[in-house]
Amino acid sequence: MLEMTQIFKVFYEGTPDEKIALNKVDLSMRPGDFVTVIGSNGAGKSTLMNVISGKLSPDMGMVMIDGTNMTTLAEHKRASKIGRVFQDPMAGTAPTMTIEENLALAYNRTKKRTLSFGVTKKRRDFYREKLEMLHLGLEDRLQAKVGLLSGGERQALSLLMATFTDPKILLLDEHTAALDPSRAELITNLTKEIVEHLGLTTLMVTHNMQQALDLGNRLIMMDKGQIIFSANEKEKKELTVEKLLAEFQKIKGGGGLSDRSLLS
Amino acid sequence: MMTAMFGAVESGVIYAIMALGVYLSFRVLDFPDLTVDGSFVTGGAVASIMIVNGSDPFLATIAALFAGFLAGCMTGILHTKGGINPLLSGILMMIALYSINLRIMGKPNVPLLAEETVMTKIDNWFASDWSILLFMLVVTLIIKFITDLFLKTEVGLSLRAVGDNEGMVRSFSANTGWMKVLGLGLSNALVAFSGALVAQYNGFNDVGMGIGMIVIGLASVIIGEAVIGHSSIARATLAVVVGAVLYRMIVTLALRIEFLDTGDMKLITAVIVIIALVLPKILDRQKAAKRKKKRLQQLGGGVDA
Repeated sequence: MLEMTQIFKVFYEGTPDEKIALNKVDLSMRPGDFVTVIGSNGAGKSTLMNVISGKLSPDMGMVMIDGTNMTTLAEHKRASKIGRVFQDPMAGTAPTMTIEENLALAYNRTKKRTLSFGVTKKRRDFYREKLEMLHLGLEDRLQAKVGLLSGGERQALSLLMATFTDPKILLLDEHTAALDPSRAELITNLTKEIVEHLGLTTLMVTHNMQQALDLGNRLIMMDKGQIIFSANEKEKKELTVEKLLAEFQKIKGGGGLSDRSLLS
Repeated sequence: MMTAMFGAVESGVIYAIMALGVYLSFRVLDFPDLTVDGSFVTGGAVASIMIVNGSDPFLATIAALFAGFLAGCMTGILHTKGGINPLLSGILMMIALYSINLRIMGKPNVPLLAEETVMTKIDNWFASDWSILLFMLVVTLIIKFITDLFLKTEVGLSLRAVGDNEGMVRSFSANTGWMKVLGLGLSNALVAFSGALVAQYNGFNDVGMGIGMIVIGLASVIIGEAVIGHSSIARATLAVVVGAVLYRMIVTLALRIEFLDTGDMKLITAVIVIIALVLPKILDRQKAAKRKKKRLQQLGGGVDA
């Protein structure tokens, strides 16, 4: 479903600030794979996401999604195959527009926008039915402006908007990091439910190791623009936070205290 | 005084179309588009030259609409494809249009008093003092309703989302660049349409009549929002129309003051906008202070008792 080969990306090339964000990364995901990505700040996780979504184009390498080469395709063009939830709850929704209008925007992800109304009676029923999946009572507030919702509600809505049109790939970029623990748990459970229900191919970045272990069937660890550790379905089941930390320190070779605090 | 006020309402209704255009760029797209100063005159220039050369005035006014659309699209392309900052793209287009307008007109002022215009035609049809006001009111309200409906279509929704959260709507596969071009095109189409009607209403088109037009548009939007509010699209566009009329009435009243003359118009406009922007903030602060005082008193009273 997703095939990334030899992805290389440098920032500020030729200046003293030069930084290799992705160093020949290979990543392959089969349909239905749910890969969690962990790594300290600056490891290249977000860059990886941005290269897949098309926000950044790689200096080298190839990105194939659903059998199509998308390496040079503009962000909005490949968006028809990609659902995305951002870390910032404000980032995934339009605040001055109503819940149903936001859903209408998301509904058009896979379809060409026309001059027909975004919210019709039939569509409204459809939106309501989808909102019920969130169990937040949002289905009764279709005409409420999204700016009035709490961070957790907005993130749940973002998650729904990114998934209800059946994307080929779902990108979750630390989408629970800005929420309080109980809301984060709610979103985590919703994520699990929705991804399992729709069988979505998912890539999730997280700083929460427990979350990375609880969700998904594969796990990768990134550092300095490379994938330094990868666990398949069987290996992942046996992993614990301690084992992961030990693994990380073994690869990094000591001096792990600061990294430990960053990772946990 | 009554005639002056009547005239103010009349021209306010015509300028309301321009204000709706400014609402589209400034509020919906969140793009401070200064092209307006130029495209307003472009509309007047295209219409007046066509009329002088014998075209049907209605046709000439529609042609002005398309000319404005092109001008707006150019600003959009400068910004999205050329990567020029929004304000600067508007300013560049504005000064470019000044020369283009002169070229279209051939001279700085095109008189229309002897020509058959939309206004004289309406006057002939209905033969009443109210005919222009009512006709223009109908036209303006039709444009308002079309705008309301358009902003609820799939394209309209993504246009609004571009002004609200560009990154988000791009992640839902909208081409935000072209959306901006389209939005600015539509905005300036309305502005030029209004310019064409204003030229015919005034009986001439002058190359300098667009100066400060963006501020007048802004004043209309801001005054309207302060009076009517903007909780929904339909309400916000109504506010813009009402604001445009109110603005004209305020200016007419201000010009009654003996000390001020017509040359002070722009200054009056600037002051109105400043007041409309600052006053609500001061009022809010006073309200908050009052509430705080009341709460303190209540608490204090509780302790005493």
